[in-house]
Amino acid sequence: MVKVKVEFLGGLDVIVGKERIHKVEVTRDDGNAVNVGDLIDYIVAKMIKEKNDVEVFIDNGSIRPGILTLINDTDWELEGEKEYELDDGDVVSFTSTLHGG
Amino acid sequence: MFVAPSDPTNKVKNLKLSQLCELCHSRKAIIKRPKNLQKICKLCFFHVFETEIHNTIVDNKLFYRGEKVAVGASGGKDSTVLACILKLLNERYDYGIELVLLSIDEGIVGYRDHSLATVKRNQQQYNLPLEIFSYQELYNWTMDEIVEVAGIRNSCTYCGVFRRQALDRGAAKLGIKHVVTGHNADDMAETVLMNILRGDVARLEKSTAIMTTSKGSPIKRSKPFKYSYQKEIVLYAHYKKLDYFSTECSYAPEAFRGTARELMKNLEAIRPSCIIDIIYSGEGLVLKPKKPKRQTVVTKNSSKKMKEGNNTTSAKKTEFVDGNRCEKCGYLSSNKICKACMLLEGLENSRAKISIENDTSADGAAKTLRTLENLTF
Ligand SMILES: [Zn+2]
Ligand SMILES: [Zn+2]
Repeated sequence: MVKVKVEFLGGLDVIVGKERIHKVEVTRDDGNAVNVGDLIDYIVAKMIKEKNDVEVFIDNGSIRPGILTLINDTDWELEGEKEYELDDGDVVSFTSTLHGG
Repeated sequence: MFVAPSDPTNKVKNLKLSQLCELCHSRKAIIKRPKNLQKICKLCFFHVFETEIHNTIVDNKLFYRGEKVAVGASGGKDSTVLACILKLLNERYDYGIELVLLSIDEGIVGYRDHSLATVKRNQQQYNLPLEIFSYQELYNWTMDEIVEVAGIRNSCTYCGVFRRQALDRGAAKLGIKHVVTGHNADDMAETVLMNILRGDVARLEKSTAIMTTSKGSPIKRSKPFKYSYQKEIVLYAHYKKLDYFSTECSYAPEAFRGTARELMKNLEAIRPSCIIDIIYSGEGLVLKPKKPKRQTVVTKNSSKKMKEGNNTTSAKKTEFVDGNRCEKCGYLSSNKICKACMLLEGLENSRAKISIENDTSADGAAKTLRTLENLTF
């Protein structure tokens, strides 16, 4: 199990009850380390209230282009994206770059 | 209230050489620049991002000493970062310009009132004067009223026309001759793409200009973020914890623009440089000067010449005329009556019609929207 902070910024909070900052605990049945891919699955399954909003967040099985994903303030592209293994206290943020000019 | 993003508390234990910033080689790289795929640290990012904008300003001679400049401020990320950066650069490089935040209140309940609250906080945060002009005072219509009458599908068309004029009129009232807007590279690429897709070649040249002036108009417009990626603007706002408003407008963008935007985002994901590349392509596409119609001599390869001749005639239609004034309001217009006045006239006629049929007035637009949606003129 891992305890992390997840943030939905740039207007993305609308899909998770209009709350920007969430503290979550994610577990894996097989006991392996929890990675960002697991966290994304958790968000889709447990946190997004309306099923229609999933496509705001996910496109083609991954984070929708136009959403910026940061792991501890580092672009997730530099951290192995979904493969990054989460530690307690990590901060993962998703920021929409598309909302409101 | 503004909730800043959290600072990460976990530190990387063993930093690998490959994780270091490619510029200073001493700190951890945190972003990969979409422009050139360079991996750089936070401090180097601030430095290159700010310096590139400074270079854009200097290379294009956007400002002169003593100039009064209005920042078109919506409270959104682009104009918030623009106001912040211009203030910073003005102090750092001593441009000697006088900055004012200029906001337009379109009158959209639940959207613009909230974003204006953000602009008011920005005014405090950056210590800049703020002036707000409303559609209500300029046109005697709020956007909510317009949508009630004209339907939600046309809302962006109306809003675009009215906002452009409103910024100009607001600036004129303040005696300011230069309005800067937060349009970024992504916006510009999207516009180039849309103009190409619509065959709107007459607008193509104007759409990539960093500064535009209309003949006879005292107010010029410029886009200091022309070469700045949306992604980097958002990252800059994120790392600097800037307070910006990010709720989507109550009235969704027109479907065509939305689709073009999505296409751009998908292309960017595969090839990040494509945003700048589209702008370069747009800059390179210059319309042929119009040639007087030639008498085509019938020869063996006349079919090619015939084609050229047809092209020049059809180009005539899309020609852009500048410098005339609207007979009603005096605003610059290529026609006798400007677009805004034309739209207003249509609205007034529709309002008269509707007030007979419908007497209940709603605060927001949603209430009577459904019944009025199909009403166009
Ligand atoms: Zn560095
Ligand atoms: Zn007019």
